[in-house]
Amino acid sequence: MREIQASAITEAVAELFVTANRELPEDVARAMERARTEEPWAPACGILDILRENADIARRDRMPVCQDTGMAVVFAEVGQEVHIAGDFEAAVHEGVRRAYTEGLLRKSVVGDPLRRVNTGDNTPAVIHTRLVPGDRLTLTAAPKGFGSENMSRLGMLTPAQGVRGVKDFVLETVRIAGANPCPPMVLGVGIGGDFESVAELAKRALTLPVDGSNPDPFYAALERELLEAVNATGIGPQGLGGRTTCLGLRILTMATHIAGLPVAVNVSCHVTRHRTVTL
Amino acid sequence: MTIRLTAPLTEETARSLRAGDQVLLSGEVYTARDAAHLRMLECLEKGEPLPFELEGQVIYYAGPTPTPSGRPVGSIGPTTSVRMDAATPTLLAHGLRGMIGKGLRGPAVVEAMKKHGAVYFAAVGGAAALMAACVTSCEVIAWDDLGPESVKRLTLKDLPLVVAVDACGGDAFAQGQAAYLASATNVKE
Repeated sequence: MREIQASAITEAVAELFVTANRELPEDVARAMERARTEEPWAPACGILDILRENADIARRDRMPVCQDTGMAVVFAEVGQEVHIAGDFEAAVHEGVRRAYTEGLLRKSVVGDPLRRVNTGDNTPAVIHTRLVPGDRLTLTAAPKGFGSENMSRLGMLTPAQGVRGVKDFVLETVRIAGANPCPPMVLGVGIGGDFESVAELAKRALTLPVDGSNPDPFYAALERELLEAVNATGIGPQGLGGRTTCLGLRILTMATHIAGLPVAVNVSCHVTRHRTVTL
Repeated sequence: MTIRLTAPLTEETARSLRAGDQVLLSGEVYTARDAAHLRMLECLEKGEPLPFELEGQVIYYAGPTPTPSGRPVGSIGPTTSVRMDAATPTLLAHGLRGMIGKGLRGPAVVEAMKKHGAVYFAAVGGAAALMAACVTSCEVIAWDDLGPESVKRLTLKDLPLVVAVDACGGDAFAQGQAAYLASATNVKE
């Protein structure tokens, strides 16, 4: 067994969230550059230039790229050979608390969904833990803003609706979202599984490189086709018109039931933040 | 052409703007988001005074990050406006003249804007570090217990905005998308 101290997890989580909020990930920055070169519409180019300048200022001045520094989502892959000395979830929450208080990030969490009192330190985090082989612990921090989260949708389609149904659902989601989620968007699409796992697939898809593609050629082609269709809607940057409605779309799938075809679209924005460290 | 404006705004100024106009806004505006809107409605129902007089004012739907030392404000971009739609017609009836946010507005808000002579500006969502440079002061004036959702008075210097919906109901989102799609079709042909 390899031992990892809870305090090391706290420090890692704190660093991940502060940096994730100040520095746009390289894949998203690359996708923005590419979108700028492919954008034919002058007003849209103007907005993309502002977004690039904003990302530069945030990095230079060590300020959050976006004021919505998100709900703190953590994906943890815990090696079976790891022994964590201390309380794992408490260590993650403490890292979030430190990042959001000492790192001057916005506290955007209420402790109860209906009574709505701000917790004051952005805790608790949303933690997804998976056991994997090995003696390492991999942590991915994905602070998620809610302007885009609010536009996300989940549908329980029928098998007969098939790939056509999935495409229609994704495009319908984008049209409903329109200008609201700060386009250019990033889309995480989950297909299969069951009710709760399809939503997690979609969220996990947002942590993949936005300019990468699915290893299965069938789904890689579907990613490209959907991205092209979304960028033909004309919504454009900020919804004011243009080609660049979406920077990238990733699909994750899993087995599902003979009676069902769950699909989830997790909508994100041009400030799609994810940062990973392995301890 | 860019139009320079200073808040608060007159009804005449608000009615003179057109969807798609580029604006640089200076002057004083107030932040209010979901929770502050609920409290403002409660104040109006009870006949209690609001944190600021609404007449002619502009509300920025925003909750900045904490202010770093030596700076006037943290990162500050717009939040999604449609969540404030339920409260907006009432505030417009009480003199609210302008709103800054992102995304679409519902038909009831657009009708109230036409009736009372108000304007809805879109700021660039997510460009929060850049917009911080357009804020020269930030002071909490009410409901500090709401944290990022408290009401703050901001002094702006040339905040870049687009008129998203004008007082005639003109909509820059619909117009911009239609214009782009028409141009894209022309290119293909």
